[in-house]
Amino acid sequence: MADNIKMRAQLKGALTELKVLMTHPMETGRRKNDLDEVVPAHFIQLVTISLNGKVVTEAQWGTGISKNPYLTLHLRGAKVGDMVGVVWHDNRGQSARHEIAVTAG
Amino acid sequence: MKRRGFILATGAALLSGMLLPLRALAAVWNKAAFEATTLAGATQGLQVNKETPSADITVNAPDRAENGAVVQVEVISRIPGTEAIAIVVEHNPTPLIANFLFAEGAEPYVVTRIKMAETAEVKAIVKVGSRYFTAGKQVEVLENGCG
Repeated sequence: MADNIKMRAQLKGALTELKVLMTHPMETGRRKNDLDEVVPAHFIQLVTISLNGKVVTEAQWGTGISKNPYLTLHLRGAKVGDMVGVVWHDNRGQSARHEIAVTAG
Repeated sequence: MKRRGFILATGAALLSGMLLPLRALAAVWNKAAFEATTLAGATQGLQVNKETPSADITVNAPDRAENGAVVQVEVISRIPGTEAIAIVVEHNPTPLIANFLFAEGAEPYVVTRIKMAETAEVKAIVKVGSRYFTAGKQVEVLENGCG
């Protein structure tokens, strides 16, 4: 499910700028569809970001993050070629992960 | 700079297994805080005792948002030893939007996009050890984005 996560990590000076775009409906459980039925909650609860396999950030989310979540983070101490990984888990037990190498900015 | 050790333990477990049992996820996710329907309930769930306003936190968000479904927010903490940044919006059905926990190797900085039900202050609560600091930005919302 790597196509669920688009990401880029660029080394800019001392920091690596990580940008992540995830494909997810982020349903709150309050929205009604055209048939006036409540759409069940379906949202990412946990996003884990790692640098060379070591966890650097853990994000816990509620239903208030927009559909198709977007993130920018700044990592310190990364070099070109280092691996940045992102894994998400949602409230239905689904998950996706993706990993990319840091590139020169 | 000492960061929260448990991130590493839970994070490593999450990285190693794609198929995380829901039970294990439930142990990590702060259900009480995220399902709270009042700001007081959310901060209580995060175990925030007292928040001190700080000029060393910057919250950037638009003055006006046409559509509350997508409001981009940037939070920067310049407070040494920042461990976590929580984003809360008082007038949302569930005020706690997100809680970012930072370990060694990540700056206390985040940009994300959030939903807003109505005009409200987007507030960041920064955790530094057992102390909490806060800053906010008022955003006028023209269309409810919490459907």
